[in-house]
Amino acid sequence: MSLLSITALDIRHGLLQAVREVSFQVEQGETVALIGANGAGKTTLLRGIAGSHRPWRGQIRLDGTDITKMPTYQRVAMGIALVPEGRRLFAAMTVEENLLIARASGRKGDWTVDRVMETFPMLKPRRHARCGTLSGGEQQATAIGRALMTNPRLLLLDEVSLGLSPLAVNLVYKSVEALISSGATIVLVEQDLNRALKVANRVMCMLEGKIVVEGNAGTLTREQITDAYFGHQKRARVE
Amino acid sequence: MAFLTALVEGVLLGGYYAMLACGLSFMFGVMRIINLAHGSLAIVAAFALWTIADRYEYDPFLALIVVLPVMGGLGWLLQRGILERSARSGELIPILSTFGLAIVVENVLFECFGADIRSLAPYVGSLAYDSFDLGGGSYIGELAVLTFAVAILLLGGLQLFLTYTPLGRQIRATAEDPDTVELVGVNSRFVNAMAASIALVTVGLAGLFLALRSNFDPYAGSLQLIFAFEAGVIGGTGSLWGTLAGGIILGLAQTLGAHIHPQGFLLAGHAVFLLVLVGRLYISRHALRGFLKARLGW
Amino acid sequence: MTADPRISIQRWTNLSIGVAVVVAVLFVVLAAGPAFLSENLIDRLTVLFIYVCLAVMWNALAGYGGMISAGQQAFFGLGGYLAIRLSEWGVEPYVALILAALLAGVFSLPISAIVLRLRAGEFAIGMWVIAEVVRLLVNLDPIIQGDTGRSLIALATFDAVERRDYTYWLALVSMCFLLAVIFVMLRSRLGSSIQAIRDNEEAAASVGVRVLVTKRIIFVTAAIGCALAGGLWLATFTTFQPRSFFGIQWSAYMIFMVLVGGIGRFEGPILGAIIFFLIELWFGTAGVWYLVILGLTALLFSLFLPGGIWGYIEDRFHVLLLPVGYRVRMPGPSAEDADASQSVTAK
Repeated sequence: MSLLSITALDIRHGLLQAVREVSFQVEQGETVALIGANGAGKTTLLRGIAGSHRPWRGQIRLDGTDITKMPTYQRVAMGIALVPEGRRLFAAMTVEENLLIARASGRKGDWTVDRVMETFPMLKPRRHARCGTLSGGEQQATAIGRALMTNPRLLLLDEVSLGLSPLAVNLVYKSVEALISSGATIVLVEQDLNRALKVANRVMCMLEGKIVVEGNAGTLTREQITDAYFGHQKRARVE
Repeated sequence: MAFLTALVEGVLLGGYYAMLACGLSFMFGVMRIINLAHGSLAIVAAFALWTIADRYEYDPFLALIVVLPVMGGLGWLLQRGILERSARSGELIPILSTFGLAIVVENVLFECFGADIRSLAPYVGSLAYDSFDLGGGSYIGELAVLTFAVAILLLGGLQLFLTYTPLGRQIRATAEDPDTVELVGVNSRFVNAMAASIALVTVGLAGLFLALRSNFDPYAGSLQLIFAFEAGVIGGTGSLWGTLAGGIILGLAQTLGAHIHPQGFLLAGHAVFLLVLVGRLYISRHALRGFLKARLGW
Repeated sequence: MTADPRISIQRWTNLSIGVAVVVAVLFVVLAAGPAFLSENLIDRLTVLFIYVCLAVMWNALAGYGGMISAGQQAFFGLGGYLAIRLSEWGVEPYVALILAALLAGVFSLPISAIVLRLRAGEFAIGMWVIAEVVRLLVNLDPIIQGDTGRSLIALATFDAVERRDYTYWLALVSMCFLLAVIFVMLRSRLGSSIQAIRDNEEAAASVGVRVLVTKRIIFVTAAIGCALAGGLWLATFTTFQPRSFFGIQWSAYMIFMVLVGGIGRFEGPILGAIIFFLIELWFGTAGVWYLVILGLTALLFSLFLPGGIWGYIEDRFHVLLLPVGYRVRMPGPSAEDADASQSVTAK
């Protein structure tokens, strides 16, 4: 059974339909990259999976359990963790406090504050610094660490490279690769096509709320992807 | 010397105001709601304590053991029953809801207890009248000192709670970003209800000290709400210690004003409040203009 | 892209023209009231007109300006007080009423400088504080003997019938005047600014709506309106008592009327005032339970029907009696068949 199963999902922002009839599956241990232009619906889709947006129609299943109607904090308890676009750290609280608060979900697992410090060594000297004073890279590390503290089964990363210097992005992605090699299941939204193709097993491209191209990172050509990105092709399934 | 006594009195009065205001500021900080029923709920606590003291002859301080948890429960009900629902319609509707609640509460109290003015002072021996001799003919009330001490303990306790306990962290995070807090597994509805409970427990405590230091009647809540609001605004929303500063400034203004004119107590307090309000607006605009001048050469 | 000539923007519908005619007839009938209505009824209608004034003004503040005030009694009481003060200085009583209202408008300007930048709940209590301050200051005037109050003695120059009729007409004219002012405001460019601010203040500011100016206009208008109501109340009941004129119950009444009638709609406060008037007629003697019921009703409406009764009717049946909005008439399947055309209403 797939870890994550999305069926005919329809999410609306007021009158705007942001996600249209999206269906896909994510297997345990996979890394799926979600790409597409701004406004394609990627963030809304991730937030819909995490529970911040209630879908108009459709189903979301985690390991077979229907979580479509479940409130956000319960989904975290079931093992979904979202690192939101723009980090959304609690700026007035310290790095450690941001990490500790994620223990509210009550999920048992290996992640502790110390382990996060080991995974992101740049945070060690900033452990008691208020998050508002951190650099972009440090904030991103804290945000990912915060999500990890909930001991997730499915990690959703929304544009972790946003607003970061190339050096910081390298560091963040090194940690992401480490997570992948330890067996994590990840869905990530990424603007940088190269990075997305490098880390992901599978790629899905969204356009105006729909998935227009889906396939393995290795077999999809750049042409197919850019065509789909800019809408030159109808949805094609490539093996 | 009288002036010095007035100063001390004013500061001690500030302790009461801080205790009264912290619940209002707390609720606003976490849920962005100004509870217009705040004052009348303090009167509810006062009447509850009075009933226990008068009818069952328990010491009012002991009666807190019953009244404070009940207030906490009321806070929970208030949040889950009224505030949560009204907040969904925007930020204006909760004002109307809590105002309606205040009207209901004070008039129900009137129906139950009538117009008579009451006080808890007769039930605590001579605490309300005893004073410490400062020498030179000036005295300060024991009750005033006790109130101030309790206020400090309350604020300190709240601060420690918010800083070091998991629930305290969750409350702080929910206050900052209620959407993201859910994404890390915090049940924000539960947290808001707990915050409301805590706020009303402090209201209950304030009700005790109000009833001890002065008289109260079913309609006394309005004035207490205004004082709580003024103390909070003067001190600046944001920190508990700011609320203490605000309370002290208000207490000082009122006490000194009373020495100048019989109506001075209330007028001086309101005047300082309005001054702070205007000052804050004026300073913001000035700073803004300066900033624009420097950055854009306007 | 040229505009399709078959699409027209309408302000008046057949229904609203009909309603406008009915309203005009009603006004004429009411104006002739003293000729054929009993004294008791004249008195009651005067009170109803005053309630409508208060409701319409509070709705202008809250429903259109987004400013919830728990302190309009400041101006209600100020209207009464200034009328007495002016009368003491020899101004003719009914002139004093009107002047008092205008003066209250002048006083509202510095007040607006303090309170208008306050947000939501802070504005509500801020106005409550203002009301308290005004009450305290008024109490300092020696002609107001504290709680005993003071009568508008100069009214005694009129005989009882004259006083009743003049007050009635002034109330009727005031009500119509205030309604007309709000109506014109809403139909003008100011009205669009108001709607924009109500929907999203920041967005409105970003497209150039002068938020503060718009709010100030509404605030001053509401001050004048409430002061006028206060003066009329004084003329009806002759005695000015600070505690009663500056009491918080006036805010409770206004909130009840607007919340139950329909906040943010033109017809809402009128309906609310009528309902409030009737409830007071039937239950007013129930003492304090009456206030409990008012408060409870306001609370329940705020939770379950925040749009009020008129809001419910308008949304459910798409009825628009008075033309404060716009209707876009789109051409239907046959361009000649106007009745088959769809219309999209923007309010």
